[in-house]
Amino acid sequence: MNGINELSALLYGAGPDLDTATDGTPAADDRNPRGPAGTAPDESPTDATVPRALRDRLAAEAQRDGLLDIAYRTLDSPVGSLLLAATDQGLVRVAFAVEGHDSVLAGLANTVSPRILAAPTRLDAAAREVDEYFAGRRTRFGLALDYRLASGFRREVIMRLVDIGYGRTASYAELAAAAGNPKAVRAVGTACARNPLPIVLPCHRVVRSDGSPGGYLGGPDAKRALLALEASS
Amino acid sequence: MTSRTRPAARPHGVRRRPFDEIVTEFGPVVLRVCRAALGSGWNDGAADDAWSETFLAALKAYPELPADVDMQAWLVRVAHRKAIDQHRARARRPVPTDELPDRPPDPAPDHRDLWREVATLPKKQRFAVAYHYLAGLRYAQVAELLGNTEAAARRAGADGVAALRRRLVMTEER
Repeated sequence: MNGINELSALLYGAGPDLDTATDGTPAADDRNPRGPAGTAPDESPTDATVPRALRDRLAAEAQRDGLLDIAYRTLDSPVGSLLLAATDQGLVRVAFAVEGHDSVLAGLANTVSPRILAAPTRLDAAAREVDEYFAGRRTRFGLALDYRLASGFRREVIMRLVDIGYGRTASYAELAAAAGNPKAVRAVGTACARNPLPIVLPCHRVVRSDGSPGGYLGGPDAKRALLALEASS
Repeated sequence: MTSRTRPAARPHGVRRRPFDEIVTEFGPVVLRVCRAALGSGWNDGAADDAWSETFLAALKAYPELPADVDMQAWLVRVAHRKAIDQHRARARRPVPTDELPDRPPDPAPDHRDLWREVATLPKKQRFAVAYHYLAGLRYAQVAELLGNTEAAARRAGADGVAALRRRLVMTEER
């Protein structure tokens, strides 16, 4: 149903009687206005689809006015869809599909800022580098990073991850020693499991002392895929 | 890169959805309100301008809004004001009406005629017809925007439809 069609029908006699129609509620459920009108294919004034260009314009103006606290986009990769989110400081979150992109964004809204918009432009560099990594053409990331989602010892640990070179692995115990606390093997495991910037900060290179991969927030298959990618490049 | 405003701290205990979800959920109704309020001016970019200004204002205010705010009602109020601003700006700088803008041809030209006629109704009737029939708002909401009662908004809507019927239908029958 489309508002102008209804009005037109009302005027030209095909629609409901005037007395009852004025009592009506044209948008049957105005809590969900995308429903009926959004499916109208013709470009009439009441067609309710918001053009992508208009949303992009909002993101650009929000950025201009310093109101875009978090920009995000998604990116297809061999380990599934990845969510990339950045503050004006840099990349703040990389999330796997298994984490639930919506719930990751909801988390960012409550821990960083709810001023979040899909704004691919701010993520251009990050998306390009991640693409290059999966193509085997990049062994280090040169992105500005925002570490605010990890603090204290967890931040110490994840900042050490880049010292484990491309194609190599280290054990949780070795990483604990490198982070200055050799006994904190379990805490290192937790820090890796909650790494807000997986792939870019390579927690997938941290494995068990017996050489088995160990857990991964993107799932064990994703971890094996990343290690295999690096071993073959 | 430096930001002009710090990421807004959220009021204690208030959980906020990512603003992008707000745009997805309420973007369409706000666009309908902007187009309805701007009458035939909706297709010269005025409605897009009003829509964009509405959500920019909303983004700015968003972290500080009360937890129980009715987001749709809030947005529609702002959109109404922004559309009136656009209307005033366009009135000072009128757009040629005999020249169709650079857009795909309207598949329903009779709708375009109807739209033009709606734009010529007296203000209260125009807003009542546009917001109720074209934007899909309930008369209670229309009344809130127009600053009158639901009954008055309903009457203005009925008067507007009657006026349109006289002009359009009777013109055709002549």
